[in-house]
Amino acid sequence: MNIKKQKMSYFSSALALSLSLILVQPAFSQEPVRIAFMDPLSGAFASIGNSGLKQLQFAADHMFNAKGGILGGRMIEIVPLDNQQSPTETQLQFRRAVSEDLRIIFQGNSSAVANTLNSTITRHNRRNPGQEILQINYSAVDPILTNEQCSFWHFRFDAHAIMKLNILTDYIAENPAIKKIYIIGQDYSFGQVVSDNSIALLNAKRPDIEIVGNEFHPIGQVKDFTPYVTKIVASDADAVITGNFGADMVSLARSIIDSGLDIPIYTFYAAYDGITATLGADGVDRIHLIHNDSGNPLPSEERKEYYRAFKAENPGNDMTQPRILTALQMVVAAMEETQSTDPYDIALALEDMRFTTISGEEIWMRGEDHQVVQGLHLSVHTDQDVEFDADNSGFGLVTRYSVPAEETVVETSCRMRRPRR
Amino acid sequence: MFEILVFATLNGLVTGLLLFMLASGLTLIFSMMGVLNFAHASLYMLGAYFAYSISLYLGFWLGLLIAPLLVGVLGALIERYGLRRVHQHGHVAELVFTFGLAFLIDEAVQFFWGPDTKNYQSPDVLDFPLFTLFGQEFSAYRGFMIGISVLIFIGLYRLLTRSRVGIIIQAAITHPHTVANLGHNVPLIFMAVFGVGSALAGVAGVIAGPVLTTFPGMAAVLGSIVFVIVVIGGLGSLAGALIASLLIGLLQSYAIASNLGVADLLNLLGLEFSRDHPLTDLWTLTLPQIAPILPYLLLILVLIFRPTGLLGNREQ
Repeated sequence: MNIKKQKMSYFSSALALSLSLILVQPAFSQEPVRIAFMDPLSGAFASIGNSGLKQLQFAADHMFNAKGGILGGRMIEIVPLDNQQSPTETQLQFRRAVSEDLRIIFQGNSSAVANTLNSTITRHNRRNPGQEILQINYSAVDPILTNEQCSFWHFRFDAHAIMKLNILTDYIAENPAIKKIYIIGQDYSFGQVVSDNSIALLNAKRPDIEIVGNEFHPIGQVKDFTPYVTKIVASDADAVITGNFGADMVSLARSIIDSGLDIPIYTFYAAYDGITATLGADGVDRIHLIHNDSGNPLPSEERKEYYRAFKAENPGNDMTQPRILTALQMVVAAMEETQSTDPYDIALALEDMRFTTISGEEIWMRGEDHQVVQGLHLSVHTDQDVEFDADNSGFGLVTRYSVPAEETVVETSCRMRRPRR
Repeated sequence: MFEILVFATLNGLVTGLLLFMLASGLTLIFSMMGVLNFAHASLYMLGAYFAYSISLYLGFWLGLLIAPLLVGVLGALIERYGLRRVHQHGHVAELVFTFGLAFLIDEAVQFFWGPDTKNYQSPDVLDFPLFTLFGQEFSAYRGFMIGISVLIFIGLYRLLTRSRVGIIIQAAITHPHTVANLGHNVPLIFMAVFGVGSALAGVAGVIAGPVLTTFPGMAAVLGSIVFVIVVIGGLGSLAGALIASLLIGLLQSYAIASNLGVADLLNLLGLEFSRDHPLTDLWTLTLPQIAPILPYLLLILVLIFRPTGLLGNREQ
């Protein structure tokens, strides 16, 4: 048995050797550009992670690989790494990325994870010059990442929470009917940021608005939100602001609707991945969303085409985050510009890059703090004029209020430490 | 304040009775076979997903009927072909078996139904407010939840204490060998009890699915709390499980409804801390914030001061 095995391994290594001799020349020039995608692909938050992975995979295939690749014929290979949305697992997966020489990491879900990854990468890059790793944050919106904790190796492609809240509170301030606001959120960094900044911004813009509730609940632990809703009803609030996502978002909205309370709910993440279908007719004109990707009507024919192509390949999923495509396009643009896949070169090229997205909007990657500056939109959950629905439910988002990129700019406290080469 | 109290009580009742439906099956299985079934909450989730799929074709009511039956049969099969074989290797093997089973079911659910939230809705017949109190509606579906839980408790209680089957089951719990010598098929009774316990978890899943949302994390949210109830109520005691379920449901509901915090306590003592204090998170802690961990606090207290649980008598 053993001899047989040995023979086999001699045979296979000889085969591999001869194969590699034949293939080494063309294989070298066609070596793929490997990009890691690190997000929850199993566990309670798997739905958002898998949806993001599909979008990145599609962006790479449809935009680049199908058109002959990048950098003169190299394909993009997306390597999924499952961090289960836990900071501990993120450390392990980061080690794996290092050992497999993956130099670019796309990550988006949970600011806690993004913070961990940010500090891990900063430390790793300081200790291992020449083997730096780049963090492409397409979704984590804790302001700290482009303020106090900003890093040369981190780029954010979504507007951070304060930028979004700034626009959201503008919209609320314009509505004189709203006099009392209830804030409820998950008890972790992002929830706290939403609460603190909503209060500060509303106090400045509409001092007459009363904050009648400011509630935190443990993330992913609440079985039933009805007890919280009882307090919202008793507080006589005219509107609710929440940063909840996933099941916490659905349960909260369902409980509010079930209680018969007919007030607007201002959210960050109340759409797609089953949420839109579950809210259905009950959520119409109540659920509002502040986001960077405009809802219906989609702004450009190019984006509609791209959306249809994605839908044709993934009928069960939606194009929830076009910014994933934008992030990949900008990274590739930086690679093409410098003719390099080295994170340092890419980072320098990304700084202050101006790029026109498939929506036809010119966006700007601010060099000071690596925060993208782009237009923001407030959309509402409805079934009227929905050309592109969500969850194949007939319901979707229609944009009610849009703000151009230059008006979303927020000051930064970032003092970036730049590596020297 | 009064309106909040009324609704907090109603909410606590709904949660408590739902928890009881899960805990009753678990405690029944434990008292009979000595097995802590870690997969119990996963069976609850399966109930919700089965009912969701059935409701797409046959409507909610047939889902309510068929899904628990399916879960019950599955439970019986698990006992017959899984647990019974593992049983001879002792309790640790059984624990590990059910622990692994929980993971297996959770992954299977994601595999077959996907990771998204499912659009599982309550039936249209019950889609009206039962009553409106102080401007807040209490939906008929929640009333229905309370009704069904109470019916199940009464049914189970009568079955166990008044019927012949119940007598045999109770005897098999304490004196399995004697019961076997009397000519009863004890393994069959075990299988039936496991099946019925699983079916109860299935019922809980079916009626909780539309309200607490049907998603792959729903087992994890309830999984640990059910064990807390069984331990607090006293392992193997049906009445204990009911009391503990209601206690925990109401405790959480009242805690959330209150606005008390550490700050109020300090005010009472005439102390005050600035927001810059390094322990400011501790001073600003409020009761609603820690409501979901209160049951675990209660668990520790019960284990310290009354290890047998409220109505448990296993020490005898």
